[in-house]
Amino acid sequence: MSEKHEKLIDKKGIRLDGRKADELRPLKLQVGVLSHADGSAYIEHGKNKILAAAFGPREMHPKHMSLPDRMVLRCRYHMAPFSVQERKSPAPSRREVELSKVIKECLEPALFLELYPRTGVDLFVEVLQADGGTRCASITAAALAIADAGVPMRDLVVACAAGKVDDTVVLDLYDAEDKLGAADVPVAYMPSLNAVTLLQMDGKLTPEEFEKAMNMAIDGCKKIYEMQKEALKTKYMVVKEEAEE
Amino acid sequence: MPIFFEKKQLVTPGELLAEGDYLAGENTYMEKNKIYASRIGLVDTDNKKVNVVALRAFYVPKMGDIIIGAVVEVGFNGWTVDIKSPYTALLRASDVLSRPFKPQNDELSQVLNAGDLIVAKIASYDRAHDPQLTVGEPGLGKITRGQILHVTPTKIPRIIGRKGSMISMIKQETGCQIILGLNGVILVTGKNLEDEELAITAIKKIEEESHTSGLTDRITQLLKESKGKVEENKNE
Amino acid sequence: MSSLVTRVRLKQIEQFIEKGKRLDERGLHDYREIKIEQGLIEKAEGSARVLLGKTEVLVGVKVETGEPFPDTPNEGVMTVNAELVPIASPTFEAGPPNEDSIELARVVDRGIRESKAIDNEKLCIEPGKKVFVVFVDVYVLNHDGNLIDASAIAAMAALLNTKMPNYEIKDGELKIKQGYCQLPVKSHPVTVTMGKINNTLIVDPGLEEEEVMDSRISMAINEEGHICAVQKGGSGYFTPQQILEASKIAQEKAVEIRKKLNW
Repeated sequence: MSEKHEKLIDKKGIRLDGRKADELRPLKLQVGVLSHADGSAYIEHGKNKILAAAFGPREMHPKHMSLPDRMVLRCRYHMAPFSVQERKSPAPSRREVELSKVIKECLEPALFLELYPRTGVDLFVEVLQADGGTRCASITAAALAIADAGVPMRDLVVACAAGKVDDTVVLDLYDAEDKLGAADVPVAYMPSLNAVTLLQMDGKLTPEEFEKAMNMAIDGCKKIYEMQKEALKTKYMVVKEEAEE
Repeated sequence: MPIFFEKKQLVTPGELLAEGDYLAGENTYMEKNKIYASRIGLVDTDNKKVNVVALRAFYVPKMGDIIIGAVVEVGFNGWTVDIKSPYTALLRASDVLSRPFKPQNDELSQVLNAGDLIVAKIASYDRAHDPQLTVGEPGLGKITRGQILHVTPTKIPRIIGRKGSMISMIKQETGCQIILGLNGVILVTGKNLEDEELAITAIKKIEEESHTSGLTDRITQLLKESKGKVEENKNE
Repeated sequence: MSSLVTRVRLKQIEQFIEKGKRLDERGLHDYREIKIEQGLIEKAEGSARVLLGKTEVLVGVKVETGEPFPDTPNEGVMTVNAELVPIASPTFEAGPPNEDSIELARVVDRGIRESKAIDNEKLCIEPGKKVFVVFVDVYVLNHDGNLIDASAIAAMAALLNTKMPNYEIKDGELKIKQGYCQLPVKSHPVTVTMGKINNTLIVDPGLEEEEVMDSRISMAINEEGHICAVQKGGSGYFTPQQILEASKIAQEKAVEIRKKLNW
């Protein structure tokens, strides 16, 4: 592959979008944004704009998909046709199918599945605009949607990616860095339990670089976790403040 | 034996509440001797148990609970009832009809049809089967008048108040009959619309401000003020 | 999931693992026996059949010509597809690819693509217009655990077995020359999958062990020891320390497998 492209990170360690190597893109989180969902959340992470909605626990349709001894989590990760530069067909792509699976598998460890047998929770993630790191932003919003639905959780799941551009390990790649960079490592994490629930990687990293990237991503996760807690508390705290006036 | 929160602090799932010799109460769980919150809510302890009063939760049926539900489907030998829970409830025809039940002759939809509201009791429930309802006790059965409102099930105890003091006061001041379904569905039946509206306003206020102090006084004031206004309007 | 394994058996496996043993007497980090047969499908440009214990995967490679992607006009195209056919397991149903077969295909694809195993630039026939398109089709014939590693080995073996026609452009026309040339493979990635049972990592989980494990992690390693792809799967979780442990194990096993297969 031709390596001829503009440098993604300059001599002073500043990236093309002005960030330092370990800097997160700006983030905005809102909980309880959809009136029909049992729980919902909206995230803006860099230029990513993603909605997550949770329905349930409720009876599953079709019924035969339910399990006799535990709750089932179903997840659909879907990108709007206008979310990317070149219009994306509304039909589910193989990437969306894989991401739906890994997102579901990264949230399941947070749930007490055995508590509500024969029920299901349906999670829908709609990517309205994508700019790199959508699966991580989706997970961060999805966990809030599930908490907002009143489903008990061991911890909020938060996600963030790190990677390598030019020769530097950096945090939170945006689209250009993801496409032109040397590696991308998305990580989902439950901070209270020190648990990594999603880990993927593509690219080329030495074991040391991989360790550095994973740790950097976990640090990013911890920062975003604080914002998640704030967003959740804000929705319920507004009521408290109004009352104490 | 450390505790990591202040009384009535707002906590989120996964927040560490306590470590050591405590019991994990409502909406908490224990892992490796540490107690964490499992739902968003207000945490408190009686020095033995750590509890979180959830600000958002769904209703899980318990035997003996009085609930209010809506009939969704008329089946062959009973009705399927939505009780605002992950589990749909069943009301058997044999429970409603006092005589032996003949599927060919009896028209179940004449007794209860889809859309009808009922006050019922959870007769039986275990994790492997959907809850069974009964209406065979006084005070239970089809709802014919009144207004329905929905609150988060975890707020019901606050609406009841200590030894029923809060709900008694609302009933007294508004003259309404109020049935509190433990599944968060409430039926208010009054002599007129104004009385019902007043009761509903009071209940909604409790739901929103349940975690604050001085609530009883504020509700009393609200009820007396509104009653005063009504008296004024009558005298004009 | 599959109800073929009884609860008693699952408990047995768990207890054995705790003591550092596995039911088939393997060590915690041992692979099952690997057998490879290449070139068995003459109508495919390349093929390989791998037996990893009793797991059997057949990969066929078809090489056709087509247009390159607009952002890589000088490179060939590779696409990986996987089929979990019903004969391989009572849990596989006929129909369009489900999430398991899509994940399998994409993980195998990543290992090959990110390690740049295929020398894509050598697949260019006419820049911007015509390139070789390499179809790698993974056909799972018997599922006895660890489809990822078996498929990854079979895919690599099939690519190493692949011959493509010789093309040349003469007088502005595309002509097929005599003879064949080998598909240009410049790297031999090895994917190592580990399952986690309670807090023990086992390499190459068998079918019953997959029923017990709470999650798995697969890592594709190239000759220089670089990690080219990672995929965590399953509903459990790993601590960061366990992941680093997995990385070390993957390094060792990749060297071992590469040596065993003579890659």
